[in-house]
Amino acid sequence: MNSFLNWITANQQIIYIVILMVFVGIEVIGRVPSVLHTPLMSGANAIHGVVIIGAIIVMGKAESDNYLALVLGFLAVILGTLNVVGGFVVTDRMLEMFKKKK
Amino acid sequence: MEFDILTICYLIGSVTFILGLKMLSNPATARRGNLIAAFGMSMAILGTIFLYRDDNGNRLHNYGWIFGGILIGGTIGTLAAKKVKMTAMPEMVSMFNGMGGACAALISVVEFNRLIKDLSFTLNPRLSDLRLVSLETYLSKGELLIILIGLVIGSISFAGSMIAWGKLNGTIKDYSFKGQHLLNLLFLFLILMGIVYLMIEISKGFILVGGVHITTLAWVKSIFYGVFAFALLYGVLFVMPIGGADMPVVISLLNSFTGVAAACGGFLYNNKVMLTGGILVGAAGTLLTILMCKAMNRSLGNVLIGSFGGGSAAAAKKQHGAYKEITLSDAAVVMAYAEKVMIVPGYGLAVAQAQHACHDLEKLLTDRGVDVKYAIHPVAGRMPGHMNVLLAEADVSYDQLEEMEQANEEFPSTDVVLILGANDVVNPAAKSDPASPIYGMPILDVDLAKTIIVNKRSMKPGYAGIENELFSFKKTSMLFGDAKKVLQDLIAEIKQL
Repeated sequence: MNSFLNWITANQQIIYIVILMVFVGIEVIGRVPSVLHTPLMSGANAIHGVVIIGAIIVMGKAESDNYLALVLGFLAVILGTLNVVGGFVVTDRMLEMFKKKK
Repeated sequence: MEFDILTICYLIGSVTFILGLKMLSNPATARRGNLIAAFGMSMAILGTIFLYRDDNGNRLHNYGWIFGGILIGGTIGTLAAKKVKMTAMPEMVSMFNGMGGACAALISVVEFNRLIKDLSFTLNPRLSDLRLVSLETYLSKGELLIILIGLVIGSISFAGSMIAWGKLNGTIKDYSFKGQHLLNLLFLFLILMGIVYLMIEISKGFILVGGVHITTLAWVKSIFYGVFAFALLYGVLFVMPIGGADMPVVISLLNSFTGVAAACGGFLYNNKVMLTGGILVGAAGTLLTILMCKAMNRSLGNVLIGSFGGGSAAAAKKQHGAYKEITLSDAAVVMAYAEKVMIVPGYGLAVAQAQHACHDLEKLLTDRGVDVKYAIHPVAGRMPGHMNVLLAEADVSYDQLEEMEQANEEFPSTDVVLILGANDVVNPAAKSDPASPIYGMPILDVDLAKTIIVNKRSMKPGYAGIENELFSFKKTSMLFGDAKKVLQDLIAEIKQL
């Protein structure tokens, strides 16, 4: 019990961020008209590609003789970039068409 | 100094994500919102590459690998995203989502191996180290839990997205067997047990300083990979029995899963931009999933157990009633001399790539003085908003797209409803037959219009696998054929009038 309370205090910043972001995420989405649902899903998909940063850190920290970390990290960087770049480009393509008819 | 700049990069990144999502919610700002989020993402990525330092102040290395990976991923991603057809958009989103999930899972694998390696270094059977070691245990326990959560969620998201991708492009068929839900629950249980076991085993290994550690470590490793494998299997089995009509809901759910997996990375590296981005998508994706379920008047649980596919088997057996066909020239006359025509696009339109032909027909009719509108059901096609995107590609004006509520008010004053490859979203059983699996789902009340023309490829039931009694209504006539071809022929006929 005590260690759990300590853990909360030690990580309060992160806990605050999580709680606030949950509300922000819900608020932001709540106002989206259904016409924009597909681009929105695609845009959100691109944003969670932020996981690439983790891949870069893993890759950048790997010792040069640790082949497992090098290979998996390299793969993770490729996949993460696919997620980010592909996600944003696809979303832009969708939205470009929405704009044309304005 | 450098580190402060990185913090600012991350701050900007986080703000642009929120701003981007917010701007995406308005058609006028949506495109800019996407670009802003992309800009913030680039800053966060570049900042990480050049400015990141670990706890000991070391820079990152292996730049060749990093840039190589980004170059490969970026090239493939851009090409794939540029080349994909608008009809295949949902598959593409599912695919990219799976890539993100796989990335999170791989990070967890590497981090787990690092953690285990660190542990085996600290596993020094000197009693004096005992206090230090147990403190380490305490710290790495939280880390281990985060790694495991990231691994499990990332793997489920990856495997599930790949199955969803396969289902949407038709390479994977719906597949379910008796007791599958029990098996799924069993897998979930095994995964949870694996996590609990690993957590306990790691702390045990430390209390017993010296002795059996080496074997314990090998054992712990194999349990870890077991959890990895089970999570992948679970992802496959979890999506497998869910019917194609529910894929949008599944993709949206997996999208929020990947968000949470990314947030796990944020915990692991105490990285605020990963945390904000991940949680933001996790929360927003979950809400979007629930909204989509609501549009179909079903609970999320109901979608996930996949009762749609199995439960409706009995209803699907019902014979379809008598229906009548209409010739192309008759259909052309009816539409050309109508005052108001509503077009109801559905998945059939997307498959046939008929959006441009559809727009041509609409222009032709408008030129003849017919009032033409589109009635868009929120879950028509394979993703919410799918029809909007398709029609936007064909330059259909926004003002002509009517959402369900608006459209339902206009049907009574409509002369002709042209249904293009839509089925379940216009099935009156959703209102009249409590035994129907789609009972309660809001539909487009096309039967209020004077005449209904239905274009379908055949009398086969739609995605939900249920018959549609609308097709045997007196005012309904069927116009069989591929949507694109039928529309082109209609246009030719109308031009001759």
